[in-house]
Amino acid sequence: MARSDFQFQFQEFDDATTVTIDDPVKSRNQRSAETGFLEDETDNVTLNGDDKTEFLSDQRKSAPFWTFEYYQMLFDVDSHQVKNRIVGSVLPWPGKNFVEVYLRSKPDLYGPFWICATLVFAIAISGNMSSFLKHQGQPEYKYVPDFRKVTMAATAIYSYAWLVPLALWCFLTWRNRKTTSLVSYSFLQIVCVYGYSLSIYIPAVILWIIPSEGLRWCSIVVALCLSGSVLVMTFWPATRDDKPRITIAVMTSIVILHVLLAVGCKVRLETLCVINYCVHSLAVRH
Amino acid sequence: ADVEESSKPLFAGLSDISISEDIPVEGDISVPIGSQNADNDLSTLDEPVKDTIMRDLRAVGQKFVHVMYPKKSSALLRDWDLWGPLLLCVTLALMLQGGSADSEEDGRPQFAEVFVIIWFGSVIITLNSKLLGGTISFFQSLCVLGYCILPLTVAMIVCRIVLLGSSGGISFAVRLIVVTASFGWSTFASTAFLADSQPANRKALVVYPVFLFYFVIGWMILTFSPSR
Repeated sequence: MARSDFQFQFQEFDDATTVTIDDPVKSRNQRSAETGFLEDETDNVTLNGDDKTEFLSDQRKSAPFWTFEYYQMLFDVDSHQVKNRIVGSVLPWPGKNFVEVYLRSKPDLYGPFWICATLVFAIAISGNMSSFLKHQGQPEYKYVPDFRKVTMAATAIYSYAWLVPLALWCFLTWRNRKTTSLVSYSFLQIVCVYGYSLSIYIPAVILWIIPSEGLRWCSIVVALCLSGSVLVMTFWPATRDDKPRITIAVMTSIVILHVLLAVGCKVRLETLCVINYCVHSLAVRH
Repeated sequence: ADVEESSKPLFAGLSDISISEDIPVEGDISVPIGSQNADNDLSTLDEPVKDTIMRDLRAVGQKFVHVMYPKKSSALLRDWDLWGPLLLCVTLALMLQGGSADSEEDGRPQFAEVFVIIWFGSVIITLNSKLLGGTISFFQSLCVLGYCILPLTVAMIVCRIVLLGSSGGISFAVRLIVVTASFGWSTFASTAFLADSQPANRKALVVYPVFLFYFVIGWMILTFSPSR
């Protein structure tokens, strides 16, 4: 009796516990690249048993995307993990891929969402404060908090944080079908990378309050370099096996979009400040 | 047969028994309707309207006291209600809104915008805490976040009174101190109620959105300037 019971037990495979850091990303993401967007919850890897190894603990219970549990899996992070991810997105270390080191096939949506929300309010508040400080002492200027800045900044930042990863993911998946790349990322991982890479802009935007043109440009450029290099180093392994032209095109488009976001926000805010000031002075004179 | 029955455990052979005779089963099944329940139902229907309103007002007032002196009591969480948050939200939005007499370029938030920010923000924070694995229910969390706007509403009233007097640098300093103090009070009060329902390694993740929420409301109060 006991022997027949043993035959029906699941047998542990030794090589399941000796995976390297690259292999789980490779094998899981290759399958996920083939099956498409909603692969995360249907990825039933037939491994059970010891949950203590990190690879096995990343296997989430599958839940369809219309249940609450699916979204709960996306928020399965601790405070120190979020802190580590923010630090990792700000300090680019050559050779350390953000996705592999920090995400480890457990992307979360907490970071991207709240970093974007903080950035939106930081832009609105620092824009208001900088315009207030610039026009202080001038009698025609009546300070009003401009609420439209919030909606405008929110639209810009949230669309950047969601539409650009979508486009990039579509492009990378399409290229992966043509070339056999070893590394491919899921949509949530790309959203996660972009979300955390925006975190460096928060201190840069707060420095905008100081009305010094040189300091503003300096902070923007430094933030651009840091987060841009993190992005480039993350996506380099995914595109390096492709034709060199495509690789360069993808990399430069990532960088250019990043630059456009930073410069666009700054210029737009300053234009709005000037327009507000002119309109106010005209209105007061009437 | 007797030896077998004695070696088996008790009631083992019960399934073999067949009832050949009618065993009379009789009794009385009645649901005891507690006399005090009936009295309560009748009493709240028959009581004067003043009593009903006073009871609700007293509950709201009691929760205000709990917010002003936040202790780790569960009274706010147990008997949640949304009257208090509605009252506070409407008061704050009425005081913050831009007057219609001003020009259209006045970027002050409208009544609807303040209302939407407060309620939408509370819903998002509640969803966030539930997604992170909190044990608090949806409406309990809304209730706590709404009631903890009370210090900021008081600060808004103080700011308006200060602005009636002057709008120079000293009034700005006074308003800054008042708003900062009330913002700290609100955040501290709400975390005193909410933090217990979260797993220990995620408390910071839940407290930060609450901090951001009250910071934005405090910012709107601080930058309020009266219409001429």
